[in-house]
Amino acid sequence: MQIATRQSGVATIVDVKGDIDLYNSPEMRKVILEELRDKRTARLVINLTQVRYIDSSGVASLVEGLKTSKTLGSRFMLFGLSPAAREVLELSRLIRVFEVFDSEDLALKAQ
Amino acid sequence: METKIPDANAEDSNEAVISVRDLRVRYGEREILHGVTFEVPRGQTLVILGGSGSGKSTLLRTLVGLERPSAGEIWIKGQNISRITEGELDVIRKKMGLSFQGGALFGSMTVGENVALPLREHTKLEDSTIQIVMRLKLEQVGLAGFENYNPSQLSGGMKKRAAVARALSMDPEILFFDEPSAGLDPIIAAGIDNLILKLQKAFRMSIVVVTHELASAFLIADRMLLIDKGNIVAQGTKEEMQNSKLPRVRQFLDRIAEPEVEGEMDYLQMLTGEAPDRSL
Repeated sequence: MQIATRQSGVATIVDVKGDIDLYNSPEMRKVILEELRDKRTARLVINLTQVRYIDSSGVASLVEGLKTSKTLGSRFMLFGLSPAAREVLELSRLIRVFEVFDSEDLALKAQ
Repeated sequence: METKIPDANAEDSNEAVISVRDLRVRYGEREILHGVTFEVPRGQTLVILGGSGSGKSTLLRTLVGLERPSAGEIWIKGQNISRITEGELDVIRKKMGLSFQGGALFGSMTVGENVALPLREHTKLEDSTIQIVMRLKLEQVGLAGFENYNPSQLSGGMKKRAAVARALSMDPEILFFDEPSAGLDPIIAAGIDNLILKLQKAFRMSIVVVTHELASAFLIADRMLLIDKGNIVAQGTKEEMQNSKLPRVRQFLDRIAEPEVEGEMDYLQMLTGEAPDRSL
């Protein structure tokens, strides 16, 4: 898994590439929580376009990000879910808990 | 939730996730499995049927690396586990979820601690992440909100579900069940069958179930094999098994008792080990 961040206006986009599993999800969690807690990012957008699948620990890391963002009053958004990643969130009844968008553009423009 | 859903485009859905070739297992001088060969296609449920002492539990224990074969090969995810070190086997085992009869929950831990245990032992996940994964797994087996219960406070069916949640905690690609309905009343047993069906359908898991419960077997199986006296008597789809005319298959499926020993000569032959083999 590779992970990188970039700015777009007030939003920070986290680009994740590769499978998210038990062994690398802590790295994604660390980046997400640093952006939210330390850098106080107002809008954190997770780009999952390049993620083929995501395991339970990856889902749990996203849940932690969402919870932290709600505590701090920031936005936490996902976009570019593969069918498999979308299915994972649907099966765990989380698809409606997250703000999920089809594209980066839609996520950035969302009110 | 087995969240590691294979991408149909990336992996051949017909690929065998387990391939067993001419497997033999011996306890001392006694050979228990006499050269069994079969495959488990990815995303399917294989039910291993057999009576007491047939070798079905030995087969399951060998598949998960608890017994070493005396000959033959077991390929799991493209690796021959009969020829690898214990350390390499541990890596493969992390892709397996085991729900065994002996694998009871630890009574000194809560249900949640039991489910979280494999994650604490085998990963470096933060506690907060583990807690969320644990709750996801309990939700998947229908035990949401039971994490602080002690196992002794759960019914038999709930304990089985909690054990399944623990087996799921590491997102296994293959789930193994040993007699999942043993000791449960028919309604609770049906609930466990439905849970196995749900896991297989929702997460496209490959599942191996050892049982002698026929109703359960025909409900959950994609494929079945019947093992008797250490040999595979028959294998195929459940429809093929149902329509089999092999005497040993019919005897097992139609629940026909072994014939009584008849006559003094038969009895003498039985005592002296000269009786004809009644298998097949």
